[in-house]
Amino acid sequence: MSEELLSVKNVSISFTQYVQGLNQHELKVISDLSLDVKKGEVVAILGSSGSGKSLLAHAILGILPENGTCEGDICYKNEVLTQQKKEAIRGKEICLIPQSVNFLDPLMKVKEQAIGDVKGEEREEALRKQREIFSKYGLAEEVDDLYPFELSGGMARKVLLSTALLSNPELVVADEPTPGLDEKSVKETIMDIKNLKEEGKGVLLITHDINVALEIADRIAIFYSGFVIEINKTENFADTGKLLHPYTKSLIEALPRNGFKLTEGVQPLEEVPGCVYYDNCPIKSDFCKENRPNLIKCGDAMIRCHNYDKEVK
Amino acid sequence: MYLNANNISFSYRKNKPILKNISISIPDNKVIGLMGDSGSGKSTLCKVISGYLNNYTGTITIDNELIDKTGYCPAQLIFQHPEKTMNPKWKMHKVLSESWNPPQELKDTFGLKEGWMNRWPSELSGGELQRFSILRALNPNTKFIIADEISTMLDTVTQVQIWDSLIDYCKKNKIGILAVSHDKELLEVIADNIVLFNDINKL
Repeated sequence: MSEELLSVKNVSISFTQYVQGLNQHELKVISDLSLDVKKGEVVAILGSSGSGKSLLAHAILGILPENGTCEGDICYKNEVLTQQKKEAIRGKEICLIPQSVNFLDPLMKVKEQAIGDVKGEEREEALRKQREIFSKYGLAEEVDDLYPFELSGGMARKVLLSTALLSNPELVVADEPTPGLDEKSVKETIMDIKNLKEEGKGVLLITHDINVALEIADRIAIFYSGFVIEINKTENFADTGKLLHPYTKSLIEALPRNGFKLTEGVQPLEEVPGCVYYDNCPIKSDFCKENRPNLIKCGDAMIRCHNYDKEVK
Repeated sequence: MYLNANNISFSYRKNKPILKNISISIPDNKVIGLMGDSGSGKSTLCKVISGYLNNYTGTITIDNELIDKTGYCPAQLIFQHPEKTMNPKWKMHKVLSESWNPPQELKDTFGLKEGWMNRWPSELSGGELQRFSILRALNPNTKFIIADEISTMLDTVTQVQIWDSLIDYCKKNKIGILAVSHDKELLEVIADNIVLFNDINKL
């Protein structure tokens, strides 16, 4: 059907930390993350804040901090991305819309950092293109000469968005584009992302806001304690009976409009040998405690649960 | 028992009032929801009621007695970002005991795990830290809880857990709650009455 743009297979990200002197300690933040984005599709990764979703975006672009290591395969158009390749295509074919204004250079005018380091005739061309995109997203000409601290939250978001789109990328990674915005700006952001989809670009949306994900995504990947536990079509989220994983169900049932249903339990503290949801799961068996489930196909959806695995049953 | 705020006015800069003649009353057995736009001054009102900002005009009384501006404020504020309200160099048991030592069963109701006590604030997630900051605010001297967007950044499952245990404890112990949020759906579920901030702020 449609062409696969990005596919992430069994990616894990860990950090090396120093504990007491020179003793090193590996801290695993993402244990197993798999998903794919096709052309003209919006895929959302939904997980609680601080769970390490943004790291995936940084891993795709190859901008992880030095003490971070990323294992597993990240493929772009069926080619494995190495660090050199990431550096070659980032900013051109893959672009990041970062989380906050902190990603802008505070000492540079907005237009200068949007076009980057170009000189001579190319500069004129770049400025013309930058003006065109900025007007498209409703940024007036005065904005060009402002410094980042002079922008309001909504304006900064638009600057980040239009800067990312300047090189006409095929894949856009949007990292938490909505928090801190009032309702009107959220709606505008949602419209902007929908437009990207219409233009045939792939969008990977990283968010913790379930309502935003439900509104724009075609598919939603649920992220829990370092694992993707379910990837399902957005329309299935309207009816909890069509959802597979018990955590996904409780996530939807806990929405105020769906009854505000209470589910006990918290994410596990330490790494567990079996299923990460074992402690809280209503449909667990002894097998789940010791054996870690894999992400398997179940109809259109992907699910990480032994109950849907025919071989285990 | 009621917490009454009468004709509260406050401004950060001269001639630029942000709160004007606000009156609000919180009964000790109810959850009052306060809803308003970002930047309209909800958080400022919360800080005034819970004693963080003192140069306001108007009166705040509990049971018809003026709140003492020094000492422990009986109206305790819970902030949106728990990680910013904790000393990063204190372990969690010290963070909690700064206020009081809650009995074990209360820790269980709020889902505080024994294993968290010896961790640093940076080693816990936002939802876990928020449980600590709520329990910390429930000191026996607390008569009212001012909850300023306490569940905005949490996932829906954690949001239900936190509100469920907080409201349950407060109804049993006659503690009134002012729940501030811009999430209408949430307030409709948890609050007994909803007040629109723009209606009470007479700017």
